[in-house]
Amino acid sequence: MEKADAHTHRDDIAAKIGMWLFLFTEMFLFVGLFLVYSIYRFRNAEAFHQAAEELSTFMGTMNTVILLISSMTVAMSITSIQKGDKKLTLILLGSTIFLALLFLVNKYFEWGAKIGHGLYPGSPYLIDLGPGDTLFFGLYFFMTGLHAFHIIVGMIILGFVYHRVATERIHATDFVFLENGGLYWHLVDLIWIFLFPLFYLIT
Amino acid sequence: MTQEEPHIVPYKTYIYILLALLVLTGISVAVTSIELGALTVTVALFLASVKSFLVLSYFMHLKFDNKIFAIMLIGILAIIIIVILITFLDYYYR
Repeated sequence: MEKADAHTHRDDIAAKIGMWLFLFTEMFLFVGLFLVYSIYRFRNAEAFHQAAEELSTFMGTMNTVILLISSMTVAMSITSIQKGDKKLTLILLGSTIFLALLFLVNKYFEWGAKIGHGLYPGSPYLIDLGPGDTLFFGLYFFMTGLHAFHIIVGMIILGFVYHRVATERIHATDFVFLENGGLYWHLVDLIWIFLFPLFYLIT
Repeated sequence: MTQEEPHIVPYKTYIYILLALLVLTGISVAVTSIELGALTVTVALFLASVKSFLVLSYFMHLKFDNKIFAIMLIGILAIIIIVILITFLDYYYR
């Protein structure tokens, strides 16, 4: 056992309980939004059906695949740090951050196309379409936007994790920071797993 | 040290889980492209739940970690389901 470990109090289980409690608050945030979406969909079934047809299933599927792969790479990085393979851990974390960036680039083009078609909150075209479409696109931009914001936060967190692995503050016997960063990233993936069918698939 | 012996998940497990998640994604895209009416929503949400279960148990290590995390999550999911049910019942019987 290293000397430092004998003196510093460390409790990985407690650290992870703290992280999970935070993730629960995040779940409540999105569950609230899913409820708003469901109720409005229930009350504006026809408009939501028409509006959802506008979204590109291809783009949505691409982003789903990207996020699923990035979730796997970050999960694998825990195995590699446990095995003491620092280089592979950095490669896996780097790939995760790269895939996150790719997700955002996709989102940029997707949002760009919508805005280019005059579909953005408060646009004259949307006002002409009526309240149902306005609600759908309002929720679409807000919920995917809030999710994209979580992607950005996740990239920053994983950036810190990367730095700590590189400077060997995260290593084979102390990697709870990496685990918690990974948990956050998986939550972002989980939210997308529900956002994707609700917005892109159910038409 | 009072830390538990960490469980090392083999890389292969993660690859299998990813493949399962991709297949489930493919199925949900294919199924929802067929017009099934109300059934579409049910199928899509069911597949999303299966995917979440895989992510939570394997990627998020709930299957291998201390059971306290899984127990906490089950409690939270129960609260979430109750909130959703009550809201829907309220709207349905208005």
